[in-house]
This record gives sequence, structure tokens and C-alpha cells, in this order.
Amino acid sequence: MTHVQQGRRRRGAERSMVPEADFTSYYGRPIVKPSPWEADIPAYLFAGGLAAGSSLIAAGADLTGRPTLRRAGRLAAVGALGFSMAALVHDLGKPSRFLNMLRTVKLTSPMSVGTWILSTYGPFAGAAAAAEVTGLLPERYGRTSPLPLVSWLGRPAGLVAALTAPPVAAYTAVLLADTATPAWHSAYKELPFVFVASGSAAAAGLGMIAAPTAETAPVRRMAVAGALAELAMEHRMERSMGVTAETLHQGKVGRLMRAAKVLTAAGAAGALLAGRSRVVAAASGAALLLGSACTRFGVFEAGQESAKDPKYTVVPQRERLEREGPVRYHP
Amino acid sequence: MTSLFGENDLWGPLDPTKDAGYGEDRPKRKGFFTDTSICIGCKACEVACKEWNDVPADHFDMLGSSYDNSHSLNANQWRHVAFIEQPTRAEPRQTVDLGMPVRAPSRPPEEEPGEDAEKPDFRWLMSSDVCKHCTHAACLDVCPTGSLFRSEFGTVVVQDDICNGCGYCVAACPYGVIERRRAPEGDKNVGIAQKCTLCYDRLGAGMTPACAQACPTQSIQFGDVDELRERADARVAELHEAGIMDARLYGNDPDDGIGGAGAFFLLLDEPEVYGLPPDPVVTTHDLSRMFHRATTAAAFMLAGAVVSFLGRRR
Amino acid sequence: MAEAHPVGFQWVMEAKARGAKVIHVDPRFTRTSALADSYVPIRAGSDIAFLGGIVNYVLANELDFREYVVNYTNAATLVSEDFQDTDDLDGLFSGYDPETRTYDPTSWQYAGAESEGDEEQDHEMQRETASALQHESHGSGVEAHPPRDETLQDPRCVYQILKRHYARYTPEMVARTCGVSEEQFLEVCQAWTENSTPDRTTALVYSVGWTQHSVGVQYIRTGAILQLLLGNMGRPGGGVMALRGHASIQGSTDIPTLFNLLPGYLPMPNAKDHQSLEQWIEAISQPGSKGFWANASAYAINLLKAYFGEAATSENDFCFDYLPKITGDHGTYSTVLDMIDGKVKGYFLLGQNPAVGSAHGRAQRLGMANLDWLVVRDLFEIESATFWKSSPEVATGEIVPEECRTEVFLLPAASHVEKEGTFTQTQRMLQWRQKAVDPPGDCRSELWFFYHLGRMVKERYADSTDARDVPVQQLAWDYPTHGPHREPSAEAVLKEINGYEVESGRPLSAFTEMKADGSTLGGCWIYTGVFKDGVNQAARRKPAREQSLVAPEWGWAWPANRRLLYNRASADPDGKPWSERKAYVWWDEATGEWTGLDVPDFEKTKPPSYEPPEDADGVAALAGNDPFIMQGDGKGALYVPRGLIDGPMPTHYEPGESPFGNPLYAQQANPTSKVYLRPDNPMNPSPPQHSDVYPYVFTTSRLTEHHTAGGMSRFVARLAELQPEMFIEVSPELARERGLEAGGWATIVTSRSAIEARVLVTDRLTPLKVEGRTVHQVWLPYHWGEGGLVTGDSANDLIGINLDPNVLIQESKVGTCDVRPGRRPTGPALRQLVRDYLEETQR
Repeated sequence: MTHVQQGRRRRGAERSMVPEADFTSYYGRPIVKPSPWEADIPAYLFAGGLAAGSSLIAAGADLTGRPTLRRAGRLAAVGALGFSMAALVHDLGKPSRFLNMLRTVKLTSPMSVGTWILSTYGPFAGAAAAAEVTGLLPERYGRTSPLPLVSWLGRPAGLVAALTAPPVAAYTAVLLADTATPAWHSAYKELPFVFVASGSAAAAGLGMIAAPTAETAPVRRMAVAGALAELAMEHRMERSMGVTAETLHQGKVGRLMRAAKVLTAAGAAGALLAGRSRVVAAASGAALLLGSACTRFGVFEAGQESAKDPKYTVVPQRERLEREGPVRYHP
Repeated sequence: MTSLFGENDLWGPLDPTKDAGYGEDRPKRKGFFTDTSICIGCKACEVACKEWNDVPADHFDMLGSSYDNSHSLNANQWRHVAFIEQPTRAEPRQTVDLGMPVRAPSRPPEEEPGEDAEKPDFRWLMSSDVCKHCTHAACLDVCPTGSLFRSEFGTVVVQDDICNGCGYCVAACPYGVIERRRAPEGDKNVGIAQKCTLCYDRLGAGMTPACAQACPTQSIQFGDVDELRERADARVAELHEAGIMDARLYGNDPDDGIGGAGAFFLLLDEPEVYGLPPDPVVTTHDLSRMFHRATTAAAFMLAGAVVSFLGRRR
Repeated sequence: MAEAHPVGFQWVMEAKARGAKVIHVDPRFTRTSALADSYVPIRAGSDIAFLGGIVNYVLANELDFREYVVNYTNAATLVSEDFQDTDDLDGLFSGYDPETRTYDPTSWQYAGAESEGDEEQDHEMQRETASALQHESHGSGVEAHPPRDETLQDPRCVYQILKRHYARYTPEMVARTCGVSEEQFLEVCQAWTENSTPDRTTALVYSVGWTQHSVGVQYIRTGAILQLLLGNMGRPGGGVMALRGHASIQGSTDIPTLFNLLPGYLPMPNAKDHQSLEQWIEAISQPGSKGFWANASAYAINLLKAYFGEAATSENDFCFDYLPKITGDHGTYSTVLDMIDGKVKGYFLLGQNPAVGSAHGRAQRLGMANLDWLVVRDLFEIESATFWKSSPEVATGEIVPEECRTEVFLLPAASHVEKEGTFTQTQRMLQWRQKAVDPPGDCRSELWFFYHLGRMVKERYADSTDARDVPVQQLAWDYPTHGPHREPSAEAVLKEINGYEVESGRPLSAFTEMKADGSTLGGCWIYTGVFKDGVNQAARRKPAREQSLVAPEWGWAWPANRRLLYNRASADPDGKPWSERKAYVWWDEATGEWTGLDVPDFEKTKPPSYEPPEDADGVAALAGNDPFIMQGDGKGALYVPRGLIDGPMPTHYEPGESPFGNPLYAQQANPTSKVYLRPDNPMNPSPPQHSDVYPYVFTTSRLTEHHTAGGMSRFVARLAELQPEMFIEVSPELARERGLEAGGWATIVTSRSAIEARVLVTDRLTPLKVEGRTVHQVWLPYHWGEGGLVTGDSANDLIGINLDPNVLIQESKVGTCDVRPGRRPTGPALRQLVRDYLEETQR
């Protein structure tokens, strides 16, 4: 219950779902501001993870001779990357100024670091995908253009993309955590693991959909491992989040997070048990993709909700004050 | 990865101007000391700020929260006066130590029988809030474009023409100050992060910021941060001597979670009563650890993929 | 004060920082209360009972500043044996005529002066012409040497009369009447008296809301009595401070925009008694009285010379006959009622918005809708210019736009930063204002408007042979102009106001230089000196740190740049400061003159020991210990034998509309208040009538965020957003009783109208225990109308026309009403609701 200790005035936004926690606020108004980000951003988080995982799968498939899986991975990576870039630009208040991101390198800004990670990863993922596209073109273009070179570059580009991919999945966790948004910041220790695991599971899921079962043994292993890791790390994250973990269980976010768990677990089970059934594999893959998306949207929305309710700013700080006294610098 | 950052770059006491690379001839750090014990809630600061900085006025709804109709600090509200109507407290509350042990009440309230009797049975607190111009300004640190910068006066200022509206600063601010402007439609800065500049243009011309200039009771005092801190210490001591034990400073301590604010306050109640976080810590305090965790996670991802493909071929 | 005068309130905060204790008495907890050391809630309309209680506390405990009281006030003066007090007559003074509802003040006079009581006009005429306004600086016009008993023991001396009069204002009675607890009341008594000593002074500050009562003048009188008894007048840090309602309202009574006054508080001549210049001047100077009004002829003739220039000569009584003469009540409210009755053709409104800002808004609008023409000069298109098309009466069908006969001329006005001139603030200080920017478009200054209007009128009549046009033809109307719009020089006007020698043009340096022979002229004698040495003294801006704490070189204060009036009283009868700490003006034996921090308010070389000869009058009759040099007897008036319509001493009467019977006397309300009994001005019934139809007490005032009727704030986005909607403040208890929802709507009903407002439930309003039962008070701001960026109903629509008899100011700060949840009906149903309530009272 939100206790707004302002005279005998009616209590504003009363939320009776949360457990009792006495705190004071200014008319129940938020202290920190929720990010101005909309659905673009969780979609971007999801797509980034998917791209990263897909690049890894593509490289693995390339090196282990799984051409369909390779192609799926490379194309998925570039598709997801393209989507995420579009989402990012769309989200900017002044999209025309996207290039301003590139006028500086700032280590203290996860968004700046992320921009440069993407800028490094993007061309290689693109080159790998381009090689894949050339393979799809009719033979006659073969001799009259630089296409053979592009095709030859597929492997090295794909490998570099794979090496630079994990930061793409991981940095988005820092992007969220390095804020004053209570539910994000309090999750900073586990969130990168949740995000990379979620990205791996999603990409593996896509691989299971796109490639014949003959090629998907590694991605099924990756799916199971990713899904289990995601579930485990998410569980752990909730414990270290303190009171802000409540936001993961309430309302829409609660539904999203429950769906994420069910879908991820089902996807993992499917991946484990699919055997030669393409249908089960595809269904499992879809569940994993959807589960990953639900996780990203859930975590994102939990942060937004935690920022909108002063409780999640005040109570953790008050608890810390009572536990440790005020935060003070001690060299 | 801590080595990527300089000593106290992300947290701890620091001269932000020096840290930003200004030379020895830089001006002294400027700031506000807002003494809410003499604020009369006239809102002259709000109006003066809007007039000088051409901040739009576009909300015409009564909020029903005492005399506060401007809601909060936001893109269109760079000064915000809070109004808090407080009836008598049934029992004296235990005050939480906010790191002012020297000036905190030395005896618990119940040992001072005279004090409660003298306390007014009703209080109407008023307080003009503003951007804190933190020593460790999360908004500035997370800004990917360099639009937010540290001025030679130690203040934190947005460059409208560089901001691309990514909104990262909005989520990063522990006080909920900075915001992307949404309205009114057609305003030149819609989509751009907006907040108090401590009247950067006026400071450059040797003038006092508009709000402090307009404040009739000197509740908003402008000056060199060092001197303001001394003034604030003296004022709180004076109030304690007068038996107003509720008085406490907020944001004045260079050792606090944001390295001390350039704009700090004398409050008469807990910070959250005024809509302020009780003990904020700049998010970059944990940034090194975040990078470590993310790097480890990325490595796990890579390793996971490798292991998956190394397995038995089926 | 913090609400309406935030800039001035900085000095209160400064005083507080230096240890001053601030007590705030108000029906509601305001921004001022928030910063005060203690807040005392009081029932609106009970201030005389409260202050009278303190007077009783002072007198019963003999806490008065005795040496000051004996020497500087009329405490020792003996009053006629015929005088009967309200104690004898249950709320009336002797001499009351129920027929005319006025007093014959003969019996109120000082002993031996009974014959002089009705020498002036009768009291009915005085009320009609708000003659007490003239006494604002005239004093009460009494004879110089009345009999005195300085032991203060004679039962007929003012001190004893006062003591008897206030004896029934006990703490218990105060609590019962005002709803203030006895403890809190005694706390105020104690603080006030303990802080009023030779070493310390207490200031009484009121805002002009105090004047807007049917007993407004007597409110202020009670404050003045208290401050005189405690020796707080004429001393630094003391006094009674009136916070004015606008930037230059002091200026607009000094050089008045009032029907009954001419500049410098010269009374407007009336047609009956002032047939000649001599008669008029005698009525002002009152031969036989002490003080500076004895020189009234010089002040009056200089004014006439300023008006009519060369045409004004001693042969033609300086054109005295050209002055318009008043014949009765020409005040703003009688004018409005005359408009409704079709007796008024045209109306000028300059920076005034009566459709919102004056009492009984409906009457104001119906009146304006019945004119031939109306000129409105303002910054925006205010409600007083749009009433014919969008007022509440258009909704009710009482005004039909297509049929409204009034032709409205809306002329854009320049704002205060777009023109130059002076403001005169509450300390009587003139401060020159430079023009910051040119007014945009067709906006023009008032000075421009009136100068060119006058010029064109003169041109129109230049060739007239009609005798009645001669005053216009001979009016001196010649000011230098500049710029493309021929803006008149404001400094030239100020110079004329200051006065100069006709021959040489040399500006006068003091009003004592004014001659009654036509060789000097001056537009406002009290302002003489503002252009001393040909320098615009009002434009001086020497910083405080470069001069004494009195800061005499910042602006210019009338009279004679004196910052504290009657400051002779800051020294004891022997001319020595009462204390080191409060030394201000004193007698310097060595140089044989008065000296100190301020300009002494006394003849510079008249020693404290001076005793005037028996037959002296005027200035010469002032003794060395007569600090109140504008009073006929040189003494501060605890008791006012002449000049007030409603009695020589303040007496608690209930407001015109009250849910309570008068706890102190049988007489319910001010027996002499100016009432207009007409069907379009009904009053809510008070006991013993059926009063519970309107059970709640309401009061109105301003918010910091808006300016009066909103003409300068509701149309400006950055101000309008600060308080965007009309609201009503109610206590949580009343909200429960009436089912009012916070943030919802309430309808407030009186017999004049019903308005709606958003509900702000707040602990800042508290129910009071009055006469053994609980009374709820509600509070309304009055800034809204249907124009501007933020709109709302106007609180003034609720208020009826019931005036203070002395100054004809409306009782708009207290009334009764009902409060009901929900929005008001619209259209004709609104009038029906109001009628239903009225019918209910007749049951």
C-alpha cells in the first residue's frame, strides 16, 4: 500500500497489490523519471540478442559444415540488426541526428559504447550476409562482378562477426542497468547473463525453425543451455533486486514474465525432446523466440513501472540507510 | 576495467571542472543553495526561469496538490516549487541520519518536552527544486553524443543542437530532473533533453541566474559552491540553535552518492517528503562492475556457442 | 502579506532572521502563516472583537505606555457629559437617528465643544460623500485646547471611557466571538505588549482586505488605538502599515481617482456648503484648530493655479467656480446602480475590470450593458469589454448580444514597463520608473490618452461661446511632447505636481513655500519637494549600503521626504530618544533643532518645552510635545469626537451577513452602513432572521499567482498556468459534512448568484467554535472570469453591495453562503436556483 503522508488529503495512486511497505512520497509522484523509450527499445534489445546469437550460430555452422543453418544464421543476424537499428533510430527524439552518436567515443556511456560495438559488428555481419546472398543469386552473375570476392569474404567476416557478437547481446544489459531506474539498476549483476542467455536461446530457436533437424543438434544444445541459463539467472536476479523485484510480478509485466518462463521452459523441453520432428523443433524454436521477446519486454516494462512508483526509489534507499547508513565515499 | 576511468571519475569527491579539463584560470564552481525554510512559495523562480529561458507554459489543469500546479521538474519546468501540507504528527518520528552527525539533534525528541509544545501544529512546507548539477552527473556521463557537457562553471548543460533525443539521460538522472520535451507541438526543442542550465548564458555575462535574481526572500542563493556550503552550514546551525531540529542539509556533502550537488538544499523534513530521493547514488558508481559482468557474460555466450558446436555430431 | 506582497515580505523574513516574532491572524492558513512563528485562525468579520480584546487586556492590566499615552494621545482629554456609550445603549452611541440611520455627533464632542458637533454637513451627507476619506490625513478636526486630566482619573476622560468601552471584550468573550482559543489570544496579547516598550516596538500590518468590511475604517481604528496605547506610533519598527492592493494605490488616493477628493486630500467641494473659495477653504482649515491644515488656502489655490493657469486670479477666486461640485453619493456602486436604472450614459474603465473585480458582478455587468458607450483601456480583451457577448448574463438570457445597447471601445494600453512615471507605494514613497521598451502597436500610455483626449476636447470647444464650456477652454493643458506619437513628458507633469514659482519657473522645494496669492502653483501640495532643485528626486536609486538605514536617498517620500510620519513621537516629551536602541529623531540642545536619522516631522527649531499662547491656532498652536501635527489638538486620537460616521470608538458589530447574533450588544450590524435596498441587491438574512439557508461564512482574497481581477495574469501563459482554475478551499470537516470531493466541483450560493469552483480540501481551513457551535469558513480567490487562457466563475458575483459608511467601500471580505457538491446549473436555471434559495429564507 502506498502511504502518501500529505495531510488528510485523499491518497492518490493507491496500489493495494503490493505488500505493506511504509514510505513517504510527494503526492505519490515519481521521483526518477521513466525512460522515454517505447516498445522500440525492448524490440531492439530482443533483436540485438537475436542477431548476436545468430552470428555465433552462423559461424559455428560455417565451421562445422551446416550450410542451411549458416545461411539462416547470417541472414537472421543481419535482419535482426537492421530491425534493431531501425528501432533505435525511430526511438530518438530527433532521428535526423542519429549521426551525432558517432561524433564522440564515451566509455562512461553504454549507449556510446554500444553504438561503437554495433558499428564494429554490423559491417562484418553485413558482409557475411552479403556472401550468403551472392550464393543465392543465379550463376550468370558469377563471372562479371566482384561477387566471388564477396563470397570468399563470407567466412572471415562471419568469424569476426561471431567474435564481436556477444558484446552486442551483453551491452544492452548495461544500457538498462546504468540508469537510475530502480528495477534495472538493481539487476545489474545478473542482467547481462539473462540477456546473453536469452539471446542465445532465441537465436537457437530461430535456427531450429530455419534449418533441417539434421543440422540443428548444436543449436538444440544451445537452446537448452541458453534457456536453462536464462531461467536460472533470472531467478537469481530477482533475489538480488530486493523490493524492485515486485515489479516483475505485477500486472502486465507479471504476465509477460510468467509467459517468458513458460515459453522458455517449454522451448527447452521441446529442444531436448524434439528428436527428428521438424514440427516439434519449429514449435520449440518459436516458443524460445517468443520467450526471449517476453523476457526483454518484461524487464523493460518492469523498469518503467519501477520508475513510475516512488516506492521503488524510496524504499531501497531507506532500507540501505537503515542497514548501512548514508552512502559516503571512503577512499 | 576500472583502469579505463580516472581516480574518482565515476564516484567520490572531485572538482568536476578540473576533471573536465578546464585550466587553472577557470572560474570557481557556481551553484545554488536553496534554503526552503524561508521559501514563501511565490513561484517567482518558476516564472523568471521560464521567461529567461523561453521555456513553454502549456499545462492549464489544476492538480489539486495544494498550490502545486506544475507537478514536478521536467522538460518544461526547470524550477519546481513543492507545496506540502502537514498536519501534526501523532508521535515524533525517528529521523534517519542523513550524514550530518555533527548537526543532527543530539538528544532524541522525547527528552525535550518543551520542543513538541512549541512546534506548530500544522506546517505548510514550500521548496523550490532544481537540477542538482551533480559532481558526478549521470545524465552527462551516459550521454552518447556529448550534448551534455560540464561548463567552466562546473554546471551541467545540454547543447540543444547536439542532443539527438536518445533519452538516456532521462532514465539516468537519480532525481528525475532531465526530460525529453514532448510539447507543445512545434516548439523548436521538442524531442530534445531539457533542464536547468544554471542560466549558462547569464553566468557568462557575470549575471545571477534568473530564479535567484527573482527570489524575493533569498531562499534561492546563488554563488560559489564552496562559499554556499559554508553559508548552509551556518544556517543549519542557526536553525538548530533556534530549536528547529528538523532542519537538515541535502546534497551538500562532497562525499555523498553523487559527489555533492552544485545545487543543494536546506530541508525541514525528510527528502522524500519533497519528492527527493533519500540517499541517491549515481548509477556510474557501479559502472565498472557492470562492464565486468557484461564482459563475463559475453565470454560465456561465446563459450556456450563453441561448446554447443563441439558436441557429438548427430 | 506573503500571498499578495511576496516582494515586500522579504523584509518580514529579514526581520524574522534578526529575531522578530511574526504572528499571523487570518481566517485561513496562508503562505504568510507558513512562515510566521504562530498562526491564529479567526472568524472573518470579528476583528474588532479580537483587537478590542487586546485593548481591554492592555487597559485592564495597565500595560499601556503611560508617558507616551498621557503626552502624545488624547487619553487625558475630557469628553462631553452628554456622551453615552454603546454600553449604555446596547450597541448604539448617543445621537442615533433610526430614521436616517445616522448619528448626530454633538454629544461625542470634547467637553465644552458640544456646539461644534454639527457645524459641518450633517452625517447623512457626510456618509453620502464618504467624507471620512478626507480625514485620512486631516485628523479629526478638533479644537486646539480641550480640557484635560493628565492623571487619567476623571471618569469623563478618554482613557476611562475607553477602559469602560472595552471592559466587556474579555478573553472569554473574544474566544466566543472570534473562535480563537483563550490561550492563543492571551499569547498574542502577551507578545504584543511585551514587545512594546521604550526599547522595542511592534508593527501592525494589514492588507486592504481589512478595509472591505462594513466596519472597515473601525478595524483600522482599533489597530491604531492599540498602537497608540502601546507607544508604537511615530517610532521605528512600529506603526500601522496598510499594504495596498496595486502598485500605486497610495498614489491614486494622494492624487485621487475618487469622486470626493482632490489632490493632496483636499475635499471635493460640495454644491450646498461650498459656494465660494473662502467657504471651501475654511471647511478645510478649520480656524481654531492646531496644525498644518491651517495653511489649506495655499494648498487649494496652488491646485487651482495648476488647473487653470493664467486664468486663475485672486479676482475670480482662482476659478474655484469651475470646479465640479458634488451633491451626494457618486461612488462606484451608486454609479453602477444608476447605470442599471438608465441614469448614466458613458463609462471609462482604465486598467479596471469591474465585471470580475468589483462586488456584485451581475449588477456590474447589467449596468455596463445599459450604457450608450463604454471605453475600456487595458492590456487584454478583459471581461468588462466582452460582457455583452460572453458574460454569465448572456447565458441566463439577461443580456442579449444582438440587443445590448452599449457601444464598447476597447483601446489597447501600454503596460508599466512600456511607459515612464512614478509609483507611490505604501510608505508614501514615489519611485520613478523608466520605460524599458516601446509599447507595441497601438498601445499607448494613460498619460498619452488623457493628454490627447483633453487636447481634442479643448479643440472641440475652442470656439464655443457657451458659458459652461469656459472651464474647458481655460484649462491649462500644455505639456511638452516627444516621439512619433507625441507622448507627453511625464517629468513635466511631475514638475507641475511638485509646484513652481509662476514667474521664474523655479521648482518649489517644500510646501511651506506655497503662496496663497497666485505667485506659485502646484498640483499636489504633499508632493512638493519631489522635484526639488529641478531634480527628479523620485528617480534616485542610491544603494542601501551607501547610506543610512533609513535610506533617504532612495526615491522620495511625501511629505518632505519623511520616511516615518509623526516621528516626533520617537523621542520622549523632553526630546530625548525613548531608548538608545530606538533612537530615531531627537532634539539637539546644542544646535537648538530637531535632528536624527529621518527628516523630523516637526518644526525644526521648536523646542520640546514650547508652550503655545492661549489664543494661538494653526502651526503656532502646536506645543513642543504635540507630535501628531495634522490633528486639531496635536494628539493621537484614541477617541474620535468628529469625522467618523459610525462612532467615536470601534465597536464590534457582526458583518452585514452573519450566521451569528452579535454576542456583545443587541445591535446586530453597523447601524450606519450604507445600504442599497433594491430587489437586485438582496442581502442574506442574519439573526434574528432565518439565517441557516446560508450557513457558512466565506471570505475572498488573492493568490500570489494572479493579479486582482486577472487582467494581467489570466491572459499570460506563464502566469495563468500557476493557478489554472477557480477553486474553493474547504476544511476536511466541511467536505465530509457536505459530501464535497477533493478535486471535484462545488457550487457556492448566495442571494446574488451561484458560482462553481473546483474543491481543494485542506487543513489550512479549520472549523471554529463560535458561540458554542461550530462554524465552517470557506475561502475563495477572485481572479477568474470567462476570458483569458484559464477561465472560471468570479467570486465577486456572490457579493452584495453593503458599504462602510465612512469611505463607501464594499463589504466584500465576509459574507454567508451555502456550499453544495457538484457543478452549478447553467442558463436560466442558474437564476432559478438563486431564487429558490431566497424563497427558502422567506419561509
